[in-house]
Amino acid sequence: MEKKIDNNQAPAELTFDITDERIFHHAVSFGFKGTLDQYNEDTKALPQTTEEETIDKLHRYLNEGGYTEDKEYFARFIAQLDASSTQLGGKEWRTFEVKKRRSNYRMGHGGKAVIALLPAMIFLILFTFYPIINTFIISFIEDFSWARGSGSFAILNYFRRLTEISNWQTGTPPPTPNWGFANYAYAFQDPSFTGAIGNTFILTIIIVPLSVIISLLIAVFLNSIKTLRGFYQTVFFLPYVTNTIAIGMVFSIMFSHESGGMLNQFLGLFGVEPQHWVTMSASKFNSGVAIVVYNVWNSMAFKILVFMSGLQSIDKQYYDASRIDGANRFTIFRRITVPLLSPQILYILITSTIGSFKMYTSVISLFGRSADGAGSFGGSDGLQWLTVVGYIYKNRDSRLAIASAGSVVLLLIVLVITLIQMQVSKRRVHY
Amino acid sequence: MAQQTHDMYFADEKAHRRWKIGFYSSRIFIYLFLTLFGLFIILPFWFMIVTSLKAPNIYTHELSHGVSLWVSEPTFHNFQVIFGIVTEDGRVIAELTAEEYRQAEINGQISSSYNFGRYFLNTFIFATVSTALTVITTVLAAFAFARLDFKGKNALFAVLIATMMVPGEMMIITNYQTIMGFGWKDTFAGLILTNFVSIFYIFYLRQTFATIPNELYLASKVDGYGEFEYLWKVMIPIAFPTITTITILSVMGAWNAFIWPNLVANGTHPIFGNDMRLVSNGLMSIFSAQAQGKDTIMVAGSMVVTAPLILIFILFRRYIMRGISRSGIKG
Repeated sequence: MEKKIDNNQAPAELTFDITDERIFHHAVSFGFKGTLDQYNEDTKALPQTTEEETIDKLHRYLNEGGYTEDKEYFARFIAQLDASSTQLGGKEWRTFEVKKRRSNYRMGHGGKAVIALLPAMIFLILFTFYPIINTFIISFIEDFSWARGSGSFAILNYFRRLTEISNWQTGTPPPTPNWGFANYAYAFQDPSFTGAIGNTFILTIIIVPLSVIISLLIAVFLNSIKTLRGFYQTVFFLPYVTNTIAIGMVFSIMFSHESGGMLNQFLGLFGVEPQHWVTMSASKFNSGVAIVVYNVWNSMAFKILVFMSGLQSIDKQYYDASRIDGANRFTIFRRITVPLLSPQILYILITSTIGSFKMYTSVISLFGRSADGAGSFGGSDGLQWLTVVGYIYKNRDSRLAIASAGSVVLLLIVLVITLIQMQVSKRRVHY
Repeated sequence: MAQQTHDMYFADEKAHRRWKIGFYSSRIFIYLFLTLFGLFIILPFWFMIVTSLKAPNIYTHELSHGVSLWVSEPTFHNFQVIFGIVTEDGRVIAELTAEEYRQAEINGQISSSYNFGRYFLNTFIFATVSTALTVITTVLAAFAFARLDFKGKNALFAVLIATMMVPGEMMIITNYQTIMGFGWKDTFAGLILTNFVSIFYIFYLRQTFATIPNELYLASKVDGYGEFEYLWKVMIPIAFPTITTITILSVMGAWNAFIWPNLVANGTHPIFGNDMRLVSNGLMSIFSAQAQGKDTIMVAGSMVVTAPLILIFILFRRYIMRGISRSGIKG
């Protein structure tokens, strides 16, 4: 075993050629800076004490029998450190480098990484990565629909069927699938798909700004009070922990069309005639109001919580300074709170716009009593406020390739929203 | 004379008075605003509690005369109906003769959807198993990304993060086919195995693991610990609050799951023949076009689905809010 402590180098550096990496780990754990091929991160360990104290600690550690393997070498190691440290007066910290022969160390970590990642990766590959690719491929196969109901790995099954056809017609080569954008063309010519995009867009541009502004006000107000703050915070957080279907049904019943229904009764106080809100005969405007009210109710909790945690990290000095300068409340809100909260506002805008484009459950939970029962999107045909996700699920069974194309379009919409908002953030967000 | 109020100084009495008027009027406005929106948030909950305790005929009467936000004669009739104990007209199902039972079925006073006991059991099994699997895979994968060195680590992590952006619908379309191919429709395997690995939780736990100081790892190396011993004896105890948060959020997620259960578990088990619905889609199944006059029963269904969530929230409020606000900032 070759153990050499090279003391002839520049005094600020020591090089050890050792085979026992534990000595190295030990020195670093006591505050030495060091590098080991595989451990670049470990150089970040910063000393808390002076080097003299650390060497003392190492001595004590050795004497108390803390390090048992190869004591002799460890003692020499410390002595060497000690000697060179005395030369330098023990005030400076030196960086030392441990050169270790390449061992099966990396391989060992690799093996452990495989064990640790395997359970998650098996299921991610089968139920996340494969489906993304598969759905993407299906969306480009024109005549895919005939393979429906086969109930197997969709794409594998499709190619199996193609070979079967060639087997039946002996001698003919397997038919080639018709690749192309036909499914996308179909979807964009389908009024219910373009309608769904329009509906989702309208709902998003109403619900997102409305809920963001109200949540921001509530968060700022909550942050400015002391009495009852905890109570209000709990109340505003409640919608987050509820079941979207369950409360959607409660809203649906509160939106009853009867004259004595909750909302109609309330509007009756202002002389408004009883209205249909979530039934088959409700106007598009009225059912839209129901969707907006429920979604704002449902989505505020998360926003308030994020804004609150952002507000609590703003330095109080900004507020004191602006108050001394005579700024009024609104100026403070506009010039201090909003700019300093811009990372949270941007985050909320991105997540809630994307979330809103995926709207589905919160709509169908309102219209269960219209035309086609559960799964309706309002109106006499159940398609009044059909959303993009709703379109995908409606076509999932009979027109799989169209649904696939729809989901790829949804992915593109999500990507575009993210990119636009990232661009905006470069200019408007103060970190 | 300078006067100090609320840690602020004022030039004179007049300025102080002006500030005080502004302060108190804005206080009034703030509390008014918060109370108004607080009532808006509370109203559905209150409406749900009150309505679920009303007798159906009383509520129907109220619908044409004005629904009240108070219940004068509370009854548990609606709850007994959804758990399949009594028929809608109040007869105990266990005491019905076969003929009466058949009649009640024809009249729609009994429904296969009034099976909340079964829904609760299914959801309990689903939540327990999928949460256990989620926690195990999350801990192991987060550990690999935070502590182990292996080839392609950063690339793999980037792929996982990018995958979080992909809408779930893309997976669901293919996963439904896969589940059908495996013959897993209406089984717990189909319900659980497709969704339990959460990239978001892996990311979240990795962030916590990354804050554990390196010195601990090096010290454990000195003591001769292997990587997995270090995970078990050091990392998991330190990150325990985060793991608790993940557990609670995962249980709540299982309780609220709707889209996937509605696709693959809306019928009966292929072998045992028992109802496979979970609370969410079970609840949705009593929500139908014929539900006129069954409002109170539906609300009772919403009530029993919501109550456990509120209970979990009250017990673990700190963990839940912590997890969500963290995720909010780190994204």
